[in-house]
Amino acid sequence: MEAIESIRPLLAVLVSALVIPVLISSGGRPNIREAWTLLAGLIKFSIVVSMLPAVLKGQEFTVTLFQVLPGVPIAFRVDGLGLLFALVASFLWMVTSIYSIGYMRGLEEHSQTRYFSFFALALSATIGAAFAANLLTLYLFYEILSLSTYPLVAHHQDEKSRASGRKYLAYILGTSIGLVLPAMLICYHLAGTLEFSQQGFLAGQAGPTALLMLFLLLLFGFAKAAIMPLHSWLPAAMVAPTPVSALLHAVAVVKVGVFSIVRVMTGVFGIDLLAELSLGTAAGTIAAVTILIGSLIAMSQDELKRRLAFSTISQLSYIVLGVALLTPKGMIGGIMHIAMHAFGKITLFFCAGAIMVATGKKYISDMDGIGRAMPITLGAFFIGAMSVIGLPPCGGFISKWYLVLGTLQAENLVFLVVILTSSFLNAVYFLPIVYRGFFRPPPQQGGAASVQITEPIWCVVPLVVTAIGSIALFFYPELFIELVRRAVLRE
Amino acid sequence: MLSELPAILIAGPFLAAFAVSIFTWLDSRYCYPITLIGLVVSLVSSTALLASIAQSGPIQYTFAGWSPPMGIELRIDLLNGLVLVIISCLALLNLPASRGFLQRDMPEKTGTFLALYLLFVTGLLGVTATSDLFNLYVLIEITSLASYAMIAMGASRRSPLASLNYVFIGVIGASFYLLGVGYLYIMTGSLNMSDVASLLPAIASSQAVMVAFVFCMVGVWIKMAFFPLHIWLPNAYTFAPLAASRAIAPLMTKVMIYVMIRLMVSVFGLDYIFEQLDLQQAVVGLAALAIIAGAVMALAQKELKRMLTYIIVAEIGYMVGGAWLGNQAGMTGAVLHIINDALMTFCLFLAAGNMAFVLKDLHFDNLKGLFRSMPLSMGGFALAGMSIVGIPPTCGFFSKWYLILGSLQADSHLFLVALIASSLISAVLFLRIIEKGFFEPLHSHGQAVHHQAEAPAGEAPPMMLIVLAVATVGLFAVGLLSGSIVSNLILPVLPGGLM
Repeated sequence: MEAIESIRPLLAVLVSALVIPVLISSGGRPNIREAWTLLAGLIKFSIVVSMLPAVLKGQEFTVTLFQVLPGVPIAFRVDGLGLLFALVASFLWMVTSIYSIGYMRGLEEHSQTRYFSFFALALSATIGAAFAANLLTLYLFYEILSLSTYPLVAHHQDEKSRASGRKYLAYILGTSIGLVLPAMLICYHLAGTLEFSQQGFLAGQAGPTALLMLFLLLLFGFAKAAIMPLHSWLPAAMVAPTPVSALLHAVAVVKVGVFSIVRVMTGVFGIDLLAELSLGTAAGTIAAVTILIGSLIAMSQDELKRRLAFSTISQLSYIVLGVALLTPKGMIGGIMHIAMHAFGKITLFFCAGAIMVATGKKYISDMDGIGRAMPITLGAFFIGAMSVIGLPPCGGFISKWYLVLGTLQAENLVFLVVILTSSFLNAVYFLPIVYRGFFRPPPQQGGAASVQITEPIWCVVPLVVTAIGSIALFFYPELFIELVRRAVLRE
Repeated sequence: MLSELPAILIAGPFLAAFAVSIFTWLDSRYCYPITLIGLVVSLVSSTALLASIAQSGPIQYTFAGWSPPMGIELRIDLLNGLVLVIISCLALLNLPASRGFLQRDMPEKTGTFLALYLLFVTGLLGVTATSDLFNLYVLIEITSLASYAMIAMGASRRSPLASLNYVFIGVIGASFYLLGVGYLYIMTGSLNMSDVASLLPAIASSQAVMVAFVFCMVGVWIKMAFFPLHIWLPNAYTFAPLAASRAIAPLMTKVMIYVMIRLMVSVFGLDYIFEQLDLQQAVVGLAALAIIAGAVMALAQKELKRMLTYIIVAEIGYMVGGAWLGNQAGMTGAVLHIINDALMTFCLFLAAGNMAFVLKDLHFDNLKGLFRSMPLSMGGFALAGMSIVGIPPTCGFFSKWYLILGSLQADSHLFLVALIASSLISAVLFLRIIEKGFFEPLHSHGQAVHHQAEAPAGEAPPMMLIVLAVATVGLFAVGLLSGSIVSNLILPVLPGGLM
């Protein structure tokens, strides 16, 4: 694996953090402030894309910043897996920024400068985690992400959102300090390094029981992955403004959690060690339970964003399950699902937010006939739902296809049944919303005087973009498959 | 010039103290500039000292040409060189940041306060630099006396009482230490640290040496407020004038930690302590208890400064425990934490001082919505809090890293659990305040809440903010540079006996 010393990863991380002073200083002029956000997003995405050709050729970008501990620097290394995640996150940040403009202004939200500033900081942390070369760097950006998203969750500043903010940090920060920090130190104590490597660095360093405990500490410690029973912060975090739920709690934050677990499995333990100790099966079982229970709870939720949140909890564990299969196809499917689910779920959240901006409705039972007033929005919702369910012609089909192949490759029929059952459940909780919106008559209250509902243009454009993205990923998944292949199989 | 640096370092603030007390009578306008000059002298010379030690090894300085073990000797190696820089740096930074308090709260006593402040700094520098056990006692008492007086100058009616309480307990601590030194003198006939250290191994099995050691330790523990000998600290630091507590809180306890480490490493020797005495388990256990107790007591407080004082009690547990783990990682963590904790505590007290300058009463209810009126002070407070919690890349994370690693290597699970638990509790402590400050509305919809009558008047004076900003940047700088601090300045001085 050829390494290129370059500051590009550092720049990609820093761009959005460096724009924050500019955002604050232009706080009084929203148009200029949002222009800066979009510009930063564009630069960030361009830098990430600029690394794509070399990574596809099998090269890696590395940069070492500070030698903070013996043998453990703060360092970045851009490989296929990190680049895939960074591509998705930085692209969707641009889209979400446009959406934020429509949403935040549409609802006349307060403290918008604070909102955009912490959003930018969260994106820096996300890309930092994606490019982290070792567990310490990953942990550093993981923590920055936790803290920078807290003001976004508590944005409304009322009792409910403050309680949610508390819950959010209690789960996220509590597990990262209480479980990951000691686990990371035990790793360092055992191996003297924290550098992700292809075979992992823990093989032969401790007995099976100790390694099992360590694995569980790390699996549950990265609670952003919302593996049950450490999931209930995610539905609570839905009090945040919808763009936050869309980008952070369907893409950036939760996937940093899953991404960290994937890194631990592939870079700290290594596939061979996991297989040897049957830790893959352990992780897969835990994930399978989360998949099923998450889907079942989602069915009972009437608040649209909460239903989406439980769906996210369930879908995140697909990724863990895929990697835990430890077969090439399964891992490709799992990691692909990071991208596929991102596009699908962000579309769904954008739709939920657009409905809220246009009509103020949050509950599914109030959404009868809403598709007649908002056809584009609900159409996109349908596409997003199909992608999450895993139906063609949407990207979600590809990742689930690989996941199914992976279970066959691993000859694990239980996991196969779990995946298929949950996909069925996904259909059961998503499609009635679409049916309700398009085919039920709208409630006849207040006679013909009901307000004319228009779809807010700043919200509609982004959700159309992500919906098209979902479909495009079905037809052109090669780029991502290639990246994952590089990351997982090191071909 | 270079060989005279240790003397200049201490003479700077010492002579300035005299000059200030004279100018208090002549023309008090000169007091402040003289203080500033005295402290700048000590900062420049301590930095120069550290640089020269890092290149060419420890520096010895004998007063009036009396060679040790007869004369008094200053011996400065990397360990105390580092502590000297921290002391002189924070003491200097605190001065401009506190000028507002002096001008507003004690305009007629400014000169007196500055003279005491300089004496306090002189004492701390002397304690750190000396290598004479009795001289150490004298200097500790000079420092303590200066701090008793400064604490008693607080505006609260309870300040004199808190100070008196501190005097009583402080004297007990000093007596313990003095007794210990007495035993040592009887046994060895010497007061010079390296001299005593070379004489001790021959009589290591003696009960008297053990008693000497225990007395010295108990004395130092009282002075540093090691749980359960901490009861004087919260009141003393809460009711002190902020100009004083912002220097005393970060520096006094840390210097006493240094003294403990110095006695362990350079006088009694780690081999003696960890192999001949059976105290390690007990002390590390007590340190774990200190950490938990400090954190829990902090949790019970409703006033910001008081909460911070209990955090200090917990942090002392970190350093004592780290030093007593008996391995290199633990000792590294303890020494690194001296620097980091001095900086973090300084930062927190600076921010609290800024708030107190505007609000007067720092009851938690008064902090609601403070982020709107004092964004910079609250921001600095939040970042320093994150450092106490141990969020990378702030410096607090890295010393905690070594401490946890040390407890893993020593199989000291209790200490490990205490470290993690106190991190979690600190997270609660600070997020509670951050939540109030950032997200609770200033006026709770018509409800009568007892916040101040006057609306918050805005940010603290610019000078206070600049100093806070410098200290906050320091948190990150020291954190990111901790790799080279450890490998260049800390590891070389740790004795090879440590694993």
